[in-house]
Amino acid sequence: MSSTATRRGGVEGGGPASAGTRLDVRKTYKLYIGGAFPRSESGRSYEVVSAPAGRRGPRFLANAAMGSRKDVRDAVVAARAAQPGWAAATAYNRGQVLYRVAEVMEGRTEQLAAEVAAAEGLTPARARAVVGAAVDRWVWWAGWTDKLAQVLGGLNPVAGPYFDISAPEPTGVVGVLAPQASSLLGLVSVVAPAVCAGNAVVVAASEERPLPAVTLAECLATSDVPGGVVNLVTGRTAELAPTLASHRDVNALDLAGAAGAAGVDWADLERAAAENLKRVIRPAGTGADAVEPDWSAEPGLARVRAVLETKTVWHPKGR
Amino acid sequence: MGKLEYAPAPESRAVVHLKPSYDLFVGGDWVASQGGTRFTTISPATEEVLAEVAEASAADVDRAVRAARTALRGPWGRMSGADRGKYLFRIARIIQERARELAVLETLDNGKPIKESRDVDVPLAAAHFFYHAGWADKLSYAGLGPDPRPVGVVGQVIPWNFPLLMLAWKVAPALACGNTVVLKPAETTPLTALLFAEICQQAELPPGVVNIVTGAGGTGQALVEHPGVDKVAFTGSTEVGKQIARSLAGTRKRATLELGGKAANIVFDDAPVDQAVEGIVNGIFFNQGHVCCAGSRLLVQENVADEVVRRLKRRLTTLRVGDPLDKNTDVGAINSAAQLERIRELSDLGEAEGATRWSPECELPTRGFWFPPTVFTGVAQAHTIAQQEVFGPVLSVLTFRTPQEAVAKANNTPYGLSAGVWSEKGSRILWVADQLRAGVVWANTFNKFDPTSPFGGYKESGWGREGGRHGLEAYVALAGGQEEQL
Repeated sequence: MSSTATRRGGVEGGGPASAGTRLDVRKTYKLYIGGAFPRSESGRSYEVVSAPAGRRGPRFLANAAMGSRKDVRDAVVAARAAQPGWAAATAYNRGQVLYRVAEVMEGRTEQLAAEVAAAEGLTPARARAVVGAAVDRWVWWAGWTDKLAQVLGGLNPVAGPYFDISAPEPTGVVGVLAPQASSLLGLVSVVAPAVCAGNAVVVAASEERPLPAVTLAECLATSDVPGGVVNLVTGRTAELAPTLASHRDVNALDLAGAAGAAGVDWADLERAAAENLKRVIRPAGTGADAVEPDWSAEPGLARVRAVLETKTVWHPKGR
Repeated sequence: MGKLEYAPAPESRAVVHLKPSYDLFVGGDWVASQGGTRFTTISPATEEVLAEVAEASAADVDRAVRAARTALRGPWGRMSGADRGKYLFRIARIIQERARELAVLETLDNGKPIKESRDVDVPLAAAHFFYHAGWADKLSYAGLGPDPRPVGVVGQVIPWNFPLLMLAWKVAPALACGNTVVLKPAETTPLTALLFAEICQQAELPPGVVNIVTGAGGTGQALVEHPGVDKVAFTGSTEVGKQIARSLAGTRKRATLELGGKAANIVFDDAPVDQAVEGIVNGIFFNQGHVCCAGSRLLVQENVADEVVRRLKRRLTTLRVGDPLDKNTDVGAINSAAQLERIRELSDLGEAEGATRWSPECELPTRGFWFPPTVFTGVAQAHTIAQQEVFGPVLSVLTFRTPQEAVAKANNTPYGLSAGVWSEKGSRILWVADQLRAGVVWANTFNKFDPTSPFGGYKESGWGREGGRHGLEAYVALAGGQEEQL
């Protein structure tokens, strides 16, 4: 009881009840694996606090699940199981499903904005703008599903009597380290391209700012994205990342969230990823440094290209 | 009646003028290696010493990278795309003019049949330069993003199975996109790369745009790890590819890797058997099976397996193994003693693990490195010869009953480079091609290559594609933050 009284918890900032006011119902933040919301198999949780605002120090927001290596492995199993079906859906259907995610997010703008504001220390207006940008980013990627093959594939005019065609295909299961600072827009900017391309993803959410990610997971669960296509684990990036990087059943690794993560050296992760030649998206930055890029810029196709393979099929032509 | 005998039809060696020894090609000139170490390259068909070649030390590699950097900052970097393209067109023409010389030299140094070097390697190498020449001034139309720029100095390490062709695959797109290169050919097949240096001189390519450093693994490692190299392009084994990936971890160097394969060649019961048999032969015995995308695992539908294997064996008795310079030769020499040893070890293991080994009767030359076309039947998924890349003329035969089983077996490998499908049923071909986890799928054909057609693998067969519009991606940098970081 004392913690609620002294620390004024909850992302909405609601205080203890007094006469005539309502006692708020707090949210329990869980993992999202295989379409379900389990707590960590390890039974652990960790305290999530807000960004310091003004003279007030960080305040308690929630106890998030502290995912374990085993949770990551379970998530990879779920992703592997879901990926073929997701990739086999028509591009039109995948676009519809991703657009539905944007619709659900839009309906949850207030909640997401409150969480982003608390996590990133933004004003309510600024946080709403960030959520708007994140929704728009889903819409942008939703529109790409049925264009990638035409833009990135094509017919090859070979010097012989052959029909020769190249088309992009998803690489499989993508491990994602979500950006640490940009808790929602950054997260959407790394998850949406991988999913748009027909991959399944296992995301390690921002360590210090995981709450918007869990709410995004709830948006995914209540849209039409099949369970297992997106899996989201909250916890210590330094604990979760090596498992993703070295997992033999992960095909690609997005290291965006290595920038600014405590105890994470992206070179080590890249070295581990070499074991089965994962496709690696390096974090931005110069030299050995990693920095978080400006997520508000139009993304371009580099990130989706990195999680696509090109398949070329030859067939003879003749009478 | 006995088999028809053919009179020998050897191609003349007179067109090739071998020098007793070769230096390194750095900054447009021939320069002695600083370490002074030399090694010999031999004809694998006769073990005759062909020439001595300089072994580039780390200091030599450094000099070559500096020459490439100077050229990049200097004339090459300032040149218009149209002029770069003209140099590539010149090179393509000179390759065509000197085609016969290149083909004979390639066959001497590599051991591959002259009909393959003459009809496949050299014409395709010229075609790669022609194709990429046209891109040099059209890169902004390639759909990669606005304002594509060169990545910088590219370090390229190529294998011994297609020495000139792999050079063309690496050098042509790099130059078209405005980069400069330092290329290390394989230690057993350096000669056509050194002749290519002469071609660059004839084309008056500015000094330092192409540098050739000969040597073995140490030279390659020095090149890959040189801090002045902006991008690494490697073709070779998955094992070395992983080492390279590890050594580049944490750096900002980019890399493309074309690595090993264990391709399934799937024959359904409705396939035209004669064509399929030709495709199986081409799939695994082309270039002595020294092909990363070779169809080394034959998956044949159970109800036609006996007939396919019977007709395959009959066809193999007509393959002519021997002098690579003979225009009637189908299967030439194994490239090196070391590779021959590896093929022998894996084949012995195949027998020891319980598969049945068969080779046609054929007389092999007494000198040189030779291995007869070999077929293993009764191979199981778990057998080493069904899992590991042999990189030789060794075929493993497995069977399947349903399309689902064929796909599951085909995909049951860490590799994902290529695959073949043989069926008369179009809808089945398209379904199977969709399911296969491989970068290139040949349907009712095999081992076809073209500069316009991207080539490269899924999974542990590597990173990136070579050829076509896709192949340009590896050699351009794009303006604007994030695009560059990947």
